[in-house]
Amino acid sequence: MTLTSSAPPTAGAAPEAARGRRPAAVRTLLRNRLAVVALAFLAVLLVAAVFAPLIAPDDPNAQDLLMRLTPPAWQHGGSGAHLLGTDQLGRDMLSRVVYGTRVSLLVGAGAALLAGVIGTVVGLAAGYFGGWPDRVLMRLADVQLAFPSILLALAIVGFFGSGLWYVILVLGITGWVSYARVVRSEVMSLRSRDFVTEARAIGVTDVAIMRRHLLPNVMAPLATIGTLHIAAAIVAEASLSYLGLGVPKETVTWGSMLADGQLYLGTSWWVAVFPGIALMLTSLAVNITGDALRDVADPKAYRR
Amino acid sequence: MSDLTLRPPRAAGPARPRPAARSGLLRAVLVRLGTALLVLLCTATVSFFLVRLSGDPVRQLLPPDATAQQEHVLRASLGLDRPLVTQYLDFLWGLLHFDFGTSISYQEPVGHVLADRLPATLELAAAALVVTLVIAVPAGILAAMRRGRATDRGIMTGVLLGQSTPPFWVGILLILVFAVGLHALPASGYGSFANLVLPAVTLSVYSVAVVARLLRSSLIDVLSSDHIRTARAKGFGPVKTVLTHGLRNASLPVVTVIGLEVGSLLGGAILTERVFSWPGVGQLTIEAISNRDFPLVQATVLFFAATFVVVNLLVDLSYSLLDPRVRTSR
Repeated sequence: MTLTSSAPPTAGAAPEAARGRRPAAVRTLLRNRLAVVALAFLAVLLVAAVFAPLIAPDDPNAQDLLMRLTPPAWQHGGSGAHLLGTDQLGRDMLSRVVYGTRVSLLVGAGAALLAGVIGTVVGLAAGYFGGWPDRVLMRLADVQLAFPSILLALAIVGFFGSGLWYVILVLGITGWVSYARVVRSEVMSLRSRDFVTEARAIGVTDVAIMRRHLLPNVMAPLATIGTLHIAAAIVAEASLSYLGLGVPKETVTWGSMLADGQLYLGTSWWVAVFPGIALMLTSLAVNITGDALRDVADPKAYRR
Repeated sequence: MSDLTLRPPRAAGPARPRPAARSGLLRAVLVRLGTALLVLLCTATVSFFLVRLSGDPVRQLLPPDATAQQEHVLRASLGLDRPLVTQYLDFLWGLLHFDFGTSISYQEPVGHVLADRLPATLELAAAALVVTLVIAVPAGILAAMRRGRATDRGIMTGVLLGQSTPPFWVGILLILVFAVGLHALPASGYGSFANLVLPAVTLSVYSVAVVARLLRSSLIDVLSSDHIRTARAKGFGPVKTVLTHGLRNASLPVVTVIGLEVGSLLGGAILTERVFSWPGVGQLTIEAISNRDFPLVQATVLFFAATFVVVNLLVDLSYSLLDPRVRTSR
C-alpha cells in the first residue's frame, strides 16, 4: 500500500522519519481485523482477475443452450459441471463471475489512478500558487461537481460508443474533484512552513518544491481517497453496464450480468444474485480498506 | 460553497452592526447566485457541444440507405444546417425562455415531455427523503449516544453496507425478497402506494447511510462541548439534551454534505427508476441517450444540474437559519 509515505507533516521531507513510521502504520492497519479480512479478499480477487483463464472452469462466453438456466450444483436440478449454475444462454455463472473481476478491478484502479493524477496536479497548483489560479480551478471544481458524473458518463458513453477505455477515461476525468480539494487544503497549510519557505529561499524551483516537499506529505490522504474512489468507480462501471451503456456486450461484467439476471428473477435467482454478491463484497472490501487507511492516516477520525 | 462563511467584512465593527449585516449577506447571496448561473451556463455549453461532438445525429437517425435529399431535409428540419455558433446562441436564447426545443423521439416540445415525467420523480424523491429522515436521524442519534457499544457498532456496520451497495443491486434484492419471494409488493409499476415502497427504500439506502454516519460523528463532536455539559449540569436528561441542544448544532455539517451528495443521489435516482421501470426523468434520460434525442438529452442534463445547483443554494442559505452566528457575524 502507498501507506508508506504517511510521513508526519512536521518531518517535512525527512526520509528517515518516514521510514521509521512505516512499521507502526502497517501494524495499526493489521490490528484492524476487518481490514485484514478485506485485504485478503482483495488479494483473492486480484489473483482471480489475473489468472481468470486458469481458474474459470469454462469459457465465460461459451453458450450451451441445452443447459440454459441450470440451477447451482447444490439445488435440485443442478449439475456438478456448473457449480453456480448457468444463465439464460447456458453460460457458466462461475466462469462469468471470475472473468467479471477483470473489468471491475481494471476500471476501479484505472479510474482512481487517472483521477488521482489530475486531482493532485490541480490541487498542488491551486494550493501552492493561491490567487487567481486557485479561484479558477476551484470554480471549475464546482462546475464539475454540479454535473452528476454518472450522467456525464452516461452521455459520453451513450454518444461516443461503449468501450472499456472510454469508461475508465470518463470515470477518471469526472472523479478528480475530491482529490484536488484535499490536496489543496493540505498544501495551503504546508506552503508557509519553514521547510517550504527555506527551500524557496535557496532557489529551489516551484515544481521541485511541489514534487519533493509537498507531494510526499499529501500521499497519506491521497491513498485514502484513492482507495475509496476505487470502490466508487467499480460501482459506477457496474451501474453503466447495468444500464447497457458501459462496455461492449461480449465483455463480461457484473453490471450487465445483473441486468440480464433481473429479467429471470422470477424463476432463476442465481443469474442476478452471484454477480450482485461479488460486486457488493468487492465494493465493501475496498471501502473497509479505505476506512482503515484513513484511521491510520488520521488518528483523530479513528477515535470517533 | 464557502462564500457565505468566508467573507466576513471585518471593517464593520460592533458600532454599526445592522446595515453592514444586511449588505454583507446580500453580497454573499449575490455571489452565490452568480456562481450558480455560471455553473448552469457551463453545463449548458458542455452538454450542447458534447452531443454535437459525438457524431452527426442526422446520420444516426436515418437508415443507412437514405438519399442525400432525405438527409438534407432532415438536417434542415432539425436546424442542424445552420452554423454552429448560430445554433449555440439560439439554444441559449431558448433557454432564457425555458424553450428547450422539440424532442426528436416524442415530436413534442421538450418542456412538455419533461413536465410529464417530473411528478413521478418528485414523488420518488420526496418518499426517499422521508424514509431517509425517519431512519437516519434516530440511527445517527442512537449511535452517537451509545458510542463504542454494540448498538453503535451495529449501526455503523449497517452504514458501511449501505454505502457500499449499489442502488440497483439493493433494488434487485428487494424485488427478489418482497415481490418474487413473499408476493407482498409489486416489482414494478407506478400509481399506487404499494408501487412506491420498494423504489423509495432502494433510493434511500445510500442517503440513510451517509446521513446517519455524518450525524453521528457531528453529534459526537457537539456532545463534548461546553454548552452540552452545562445543560447536563442543569439537570437535563441525556435525550432532552441531545434533542434541544445537540441536534441543531450537529445538523450544519450534515446539511452541507447532503448538498454535495445530491449528485450521487440523482445518479441513484436514474438507476432506481430503471430497476423499477419508474416513469420519471431518470428513465427519460436513459431513453433520450439511447435514442440520440439530443434536445431531450441537453434538457435532462440541464435539469439534473439545475437541481444540484438549487439544492446547494438552499443549503448555503439554510446556514443562516441553522446557525445564528452566520447571520450576526457580518
